[in-house]
Amino acid sequence: MLPAHNHIISTIVEHKPGVLYNVANLFRCRGFNIDSISVGRAEEVGLARMTIMVRGDDRTIEQVVKQLNKLIDVIKVTRLEPENIVTRELALIKVSAPSTKARSDIINYADIFRARVVDVSTESLMMEITGTSDKIDAFINLMRPFGVKEVARTGITSLSRGAKSVRIEE
Amino acid sequence: MAKMTGAQALIESLKREKVEVIFGISGGALLPIHDVLYDSGIRHILARHEQGAAHAADGYARASGRAGVCMATSGPGATNIVTGLANAYLDSSPVIALTGQVPTFSSNTSYMIGRDAFQEADIIGITTPITKYNVQVKRAEEIPHAVKTSFYIATSGRPGPTLIDLPKDTQTGKAEMDFSDSLQIRGYKPNIEPHPLQVKKAVKLLLKAERPMILAGGGVNLSNAAPELLQIAQLLMAPVATTFMGKSCFPENHPLSMGNIGMHGTMLANKMILEADVLLAVGTRFQDRSTGTLDDFVPDANIIHIDIDAAEIGKNVNVEVPIVADAKQTLKMIYPKLAKKLNKKESPWVKRVQEVKAKYLSEIDLGNADLTSAKLLKELRKILPEEAIIATEVGQNQMWAALHFQTIKPRSFISSGGLGTMGFGFPASIGAKVACPSFPVVDIAGDGSFRMTEQELGTSVTEGIPVIVIVLNNSMLGMVAQWQRLFYKGRYAAVKLGAVPDFVKLAQAYGAEGIRAASLSEFSTAVKKALKTEVTTVIDVPISPEDDVFPMVPPGKGLRDTIGGL
Repeated sequence: MLPAHNHIISTIVEHKPGVLYNVANLFRCRGFNIDSISVGRAEEVGLARMTIMVRGDDRTIEQVVKQLNKLIDVIKVTRLEPENIVTRELALIKVSAPSTKARSDIINYADIFRARVVDVSTESLMMEITGTSDKIDAFINLMRPFGVKEVARTGITSLSRGAKSVRIEE
Repeated sequence: MAKMTGAQALIESLKREKVEVIFGISGGALLPIHDVLYDSGIRHILARHEQGAAHAADGYARASGRAGVCMATSGPGATNIVTGLANAYLDSSPVIALTGQVPTFSSNTSYMIGRDAFQEADIIGITTPITKYNVQVKRAEEIPHAVKTSFYIATSGRPGPTLIDLPKDTQTGKAEMDFSDSLQIRGYKPNIEPHPLQVKKAVKLLLKAERPMILAGGGVNLSNAAPELLQIAQLLMAPVATTFMGKSCFPENHPLSMGNIGMHGTMLANKMILEADVLLAVGTRFQDRSTGTLDDFVPDANIIHIDIDAAEIGKNVNVEVPIVADAKQTLKMIYPKLAKKLNKKESPWVKRVQEVKAKYLSEIDLGNADLTSAKLLKELRKILPEEAIIATEVGQNQMWAALHFQTIKPRSFISSGGLGTMGFGFPASIGAKVACPSFPVVDIAGDGSFRMTEQELGTSVTEGIPVIVIVLNNSMLGMVAQWQRLFYKGRYAAVKLGAVPDFVKLAQAYGAEGIRAASLSEFSTAVKKALKTEVTTVIDVPISPEDDVFPMVPPGKGLRDTIGGL
C-alpha cells in the first residue's frame, strides 16, 4: 500500500524531445511535488509512458491531472486507484562485504528478499531487487549494518490490474 | 510539387492562415524570412522594440478576434518578446511569435544549437511556462505543419500564445512542402460543446433562483458571446457584473450592468454579488483580484461555472454545476430551455437591484478638483463614439479607466489584466488600430507606464497608425504611491519620477502631435482635435499626485470590506 498522501499518475505522452522538460517544468511552476518519475517507451511506437508519484491532497492531485492534460504532448492522464494496481521498483544496491561471513549473511538475506547478486568483487557485492518501494526500503535497511556503498533506484512504475488499460483510444 | 525554401514555405503558410500583418524587428537570424516577406504582400510593421511588437500583436488579436503575429530575431530579439508572451498567456490572447534561431548545423561543427553561438538563446526553454505551445523546427519541411499546428492551438479552446523557433538553416533549406489541411494532434482536443446533462442542471438551478446574478469574464469576449449573454441576462433579469477581463462584454449603459467586481470594482458590483443566491459565472477563473479572500466570496450562492478550460473548474472555488465548454455554445443552449419556462419581469430582487444601483450612482464621487481622472474619463465617453477602442496601461490609469469609462461594445477595452504589464497599452493600441483602422483608438496612460514603451511613437508615426495617448501625469508611479500612502505611512520609496520628460515635446520630437490640457475644457478640445488629426496625438494631462483609486478592497480582505467612493 502507498502512504495516504502519495498518488500515482500514469500518463501516455508523445515520445519526443522536450516532453519530459514540459512535464517537469509544469510541476515546478505550479509547486507540485514529484516523489518519483519513471519514463520509458510505451506499447505503441512513438509513445512513452510516464509513471509519476506525486504527493498532495485530493484537490492538488485533481489540479495535477487537469494541468497535465493541458500539455499538448501529453495524450492521456490517469490517476491510478491505489487498491487496484501493481507497482514495482527496481534497485541496484552495492554493499561492502570484506569477509566470507559477511558475504554469506548478505546472500542469505538476499535470498529471502528474492534479490539477485549481479556483481561480486573481493570487497563488495552488488544486488538487484525488484518489488514495491516498501520492500526495497526494508532490504536496504537490512543491508545498512554491512555498509551500503551505493544505491540506484528507478522510481516506481505501475499499471492497473485486470483487462482495463490506460491507453489512447483511436 | 515544386521545391521551395523554408522561408518561402513560412510565408505561404502564413498566407494560408490569412495573416495580413506581422509586427516585428529584423535581425541576422531572420534575413532569409525578411527577404521573402519583402514583396510577399504581407505587411510588416517595424516596431522599435520587440516587446512593443509582441504587445501590438496582442492588441491586434484582442481587437480583431484573430491571431496576432509578431516576429523577432534570435537571442535578445527573442528574449525581448518574453514579457509580451507572458502577458498574452495570462490574458488568453492568441499571439503567435516567430523567432529566428542560430542554425542547427554550421560548416565547422556538426551542430550549432546548444553551443552558445552568437545571439543564441534557448527560447523554447524560456517560453515553455508562458506559451500554450512552442516548437523548434528541425528541418525546412516541418515548417508548414508547425505553422498550422501553432495557429490551431493558439486560436482554439482557451486561446493562448504559441511560438515557432526557426533555425536559420531551416529557413534557407529547400524541400518539397506539404500544405495539406489535415491536422491530427492526439493530445489536444478542446471541449466546445457543453454536456447536455450539465446544461439541464444549470437551467434547473437558474429557474429556482430568486436572486440570480451573472459574473462575466474574459471568456465572454474571447468566444464572442456578448449577444448571448445579453439575451440571458434580460431573460433572467439578472444583474451582470464583469471581471476586469470581462469589461466591455456587457453594455455598461444597460440597467442590469453593475460594472466590474474586484479589488477596484464598483461598490455596486462588490455588494450585490454578496446577495446572489445563484451565480452564473461565464468564462472566468475566479482570480484573486476579482474575488478578494475566498472564504467570504458569494457566501449564499450556488455557482454555475462555464469555462472552456477544465483546469479552471474547482481550481479556486467549489462550484455546484461545472460546464466545460465554449461560453457562446453553452449560453446558446441554455437560453431556449430557460425561455420556455421563464417569464418574470418583476421580482423583489430586480427592484432591490435597481434601488441599490440608483443609490450608488447618486453617491459617485468624481472628486472636487476641476480636473480629476474620473471627470476626464466621463468626458471622454461623451466625446468618443460607441465603437471606439480603449487600451490602458497598468496602475491607477487602468483602474480609473475600468471604473469610470463606460464600455458599450464587446472587445472595446484592451488591458493587461493577468500580468499587469506597464507599457502594454500603447503598443496594444497600435495593434488595435491596425485591426480596426476606422475606429478611434485611445490609450489611457500614466506617465510611468507610457515611458516603458513610448519609443513606439516612432512606429505609429512612420507606419501611419494614428492613435490617441492620454497621459494622466502625476509624475509618480501612482498606484504604488497610493499603497505607500495607505499602508506604508506615506513613505514614498522609489516612486517619484519627476516632471520629465515634457511629453508634448517628446511627441513633437517623434513627429507626433503633443497637446497639454490643464482643464476639463482644454482636454475636451484636445480630444476633439486629436480625433481629426491623421497622426498620433499625445495629450498630457497633469493630475494631482495625491489622487487615490477608490473603491478598493484592501489586500487580504473580502469584497464585503470594499472601502471608499462610488
